[in-house]
Amino acid sequence: MTPTLTTFLVVSAALFCVGLLAALSRRNAIFILIGIEMMLAAANLNFVAFWRFGHESQPPTGVMIAIFAIAIAAAEAAVGLALVIAVYRHYNTTNVTRLDRLKG
Amino acid sequence: MTPWIVTYLWLIPTAPLAASLIILRIGNSRRTGAATLAILGQISALALAVAAFLPTLQTPGYRAFHNLSWFTFGEQTVRIGWLLDPLTAAMLLMITLVSLCIFVFSIGYMANDRNFTRFFAYLSFFTAAMLGVVIANSLLLLFVCWELVGLASYLLIGFWIHKPSAAAAAKKAFITTRIGDIGFLLGIVWLYSGSGTLLFYDNGRGCLENAGLLAIGASSTLIALLVFCGAVGKSGQFPLHVWLPDAMEGPTPVSALIHAATMVAAGVFLIARVYPLFSLGAIGGVTPSLTVVVWIGVITALMASLIAVAQFDLKRVLAYSTVSQLGLMMVSLGVGGVAAGIMHLLAHGFFKALLFLGAGSVIHETHDEQDIRKMGGLRGSMRLTFLTYAVGMMALSGVPLFFSGAWTKEEILHTTARWPQSQAPHSLMMLGVVLTALYMTRQMLYVFFGNPRAASGNAHESPSIMKLPLIVLAACTIAFSVVLTPAWPWLHGYLSGNAAHLNFALLIQPMLFVSLALVVAGVALGVLIYRKVGDTDPLQRHQPGLFRFLEDKMWLDELYARTVIASSRTAARFSDWMDRYLWDGFVRAFGGLGQLLGILTKGFDERGINAGVDEGVVGARGLGRFMSAAHSGRIQTYLGAVAVGMLTLLLVYAWLA
Repeated sequence: MTPTLTTFLVVSAALFCVGLLAALSRRNAIFILIGIEMMLAAANLNFVAFWRFGHESQPPTGVMIAIFAIAIAAAEAAVGLALVIAVYRHYNTTNVTRLDRLKG
Repeated sequence: MTPWIVTYLWLIPTAPLAASLIILRIGNSRRTGAATLAILGQISALALAVAAFLPTLQTPGYRAFHNLSWFTFGEQTVRIGWLLDPLTAAMLLMITLVSLCIFVFSIGYMANDRNFTRFFAYLSFFTAAMLGVVIANSLLLLFVCWELVGLASYLLIGFWIHKPSAAAAAKKAFITTRIGDIGFLLGIVWLYSGSGTLLFYDNGRGCLENAGLLAIGASSTLIALLVFCGAVGKSGQFPLHVWLPDAMEGPTPVSALIHAATMVAAGVFLIARVYPLFSLGAIGGVTPSLTVVVWIGVITALMASLIAVAQFDLKRVLAYSTVSQLGLMMVSLGVGGVAAGIMHLLAHGFFKALLFLGAGSVIHETHDEQDIRKMGGLRGSMRLTFLTYAVGMMALSGVPLFFSGAWTKEEILHTTARWPQSQAPHSLMMLGVVLTALYMTRQMLYVFFGNPRAASGNAHESPSIMKLPLIVLAACTIAFSVVLTPAWPWLHGYLSGNAAHLNFALLIQPMLFVSLALVVAGVALGVLIYRKVGDTDPLQRHQPGLFRFLEDKMWLDELYARTVIASSRTAARFSDWMDRYLWDGFVRAFGGLGQLLGILTKGFDERGINAGVDEGVVGARGLGRFMSAAHSGRIQTYLGAVAVGMLTLLLVYAWLA
């Protein structure tokens, strides 16, 4: 069986949902970052899938965007991890339920 | 060329005034100093009075004045000044001399009083005010001093303030004279609006000179009557005489001062001073205002001498005799005998001071007893007082030849007889002479003759400081008659501006025998009735009803209490009621209205506006609480919310598409 666009979209949606679930439910900041990365990956997958199943003669825009997104995501992950380390140094924890200083 | 004394005439009242103020400053303990100062003030006033008297002798009808402006308001300048004429000079001499005698007497009389110094301060103030009245050349200045006389009399009559009767008498004297003064003040205002000046003499422009009198014209009758109101109050004329007998509550020297020199003389003096107002437009010496003066005088004189017959208080008898003599003076002024009236005023000043000081001496020695029924037989124990008192009594009764009162009284009878209007005043005055002789004889018999009674037990002669004034005044009383006799009517000429000529032929006149007969009749009647006096009065035994009527002062006090005082009380009570219920009611109604409005506003505020705001606040708070619960500060909650929102949007989009 040949995978169709739908298969990719379903996988992508599932990946996004798993990422979202992780971001929403995990208490550890590291895991939340991982969840976010997963959602990004789902988006990248969508870009690539839409490019692959689009017109033949198209330039590789989807792949390009995916590569850019991965690059930016790497930077973003670095910033995120740095923040997590800073938070940890400050609060001695990475449990997000206890980082509630935004409470209004 | 006016002599220096005219410019400095103000020094005469200033001397006792300064003494008074200094005495008030030096405190209560320095008795000798106070008395010395007061006497010094009097002596300097007397010396200045003599200095003022001398220039008036040069020309008949001498008149000099010194005017100055007091203050200016708008275009009106109020001017005051002093005036020196025979009337002023004679009054000044009499007042200062009599006051000096009274002051000396007071040193002995008040020796044991706690407020000795205050007494002398007030006495000095009293004479100062009276001297101010006498020298004034402006009705305004005269009125100011006139009121100061009233104030001083109030202070002195109520000097023994711890006695309720003295306080009441002081109040009565003050208020009664004030009633007259209202008329006086109205007269002054009217006179000012009519003539534009209150100066008596001002080189032809004064209100008593031709131009001023011309400006007043026909209204002079009413002005004169209003001014007369003041004189009625001050000089104790009917119907305002009621304060004078009550004024006996003051210390006896004060009574002497009031009755002889200062207070009551002011009224008679005032009429004499503004006489041109009264006599303006006279036909044969009669004007309506002068007729009123005559009849008031007649009523006063007769009423007072009747009441005096039935009084038992030593000083009250003298007080009523003063009232009747003042009535006599008023009659004299009214019938045109200004000089005669003033002569009687001067003579009366001496012998009435003598009588009062004699009475004071008696009261002093009988330990403050004033009821003549409890005295008697003092002739032996108080020989000098008896002799001087007899001089005063004979002068008052009008025993001819040697006593000043007789000559002046005769002169008054003469003038009264010539009054064209009616002969009634003349006859009534003759009756008054008989009555005067009668009640003075009665008093003499009660006090000095007969057997000693309760109060005269251990009476002896007064100290010499009290004897000296008696001797001086008795001597003056006798010596004064030298210038009064018809043979050499020097004082008459001096006062009226005519030269007097010596003519012994005029000494014996038919009138002399008439008055001798009248006096003898009065004295004989007195001796006949009172030769054996006991505790009850012979008149009281025979005519109890009439006697009671007279003893109770013809019930005039009661009449006033029932009518004037009662109506003024009613008016006061009505005003009180109006104030309390009507005006207060209005005020309270307005207050209540305001309060009601306040309550309404408060209700609206609380139930309407405040409730709305409160509800809003509660809602906002609930909303805030609800909203703030959503802001947990947890990043995952926010993300969840975003997710839910996105999902919802997606679903809506899907459903719409």
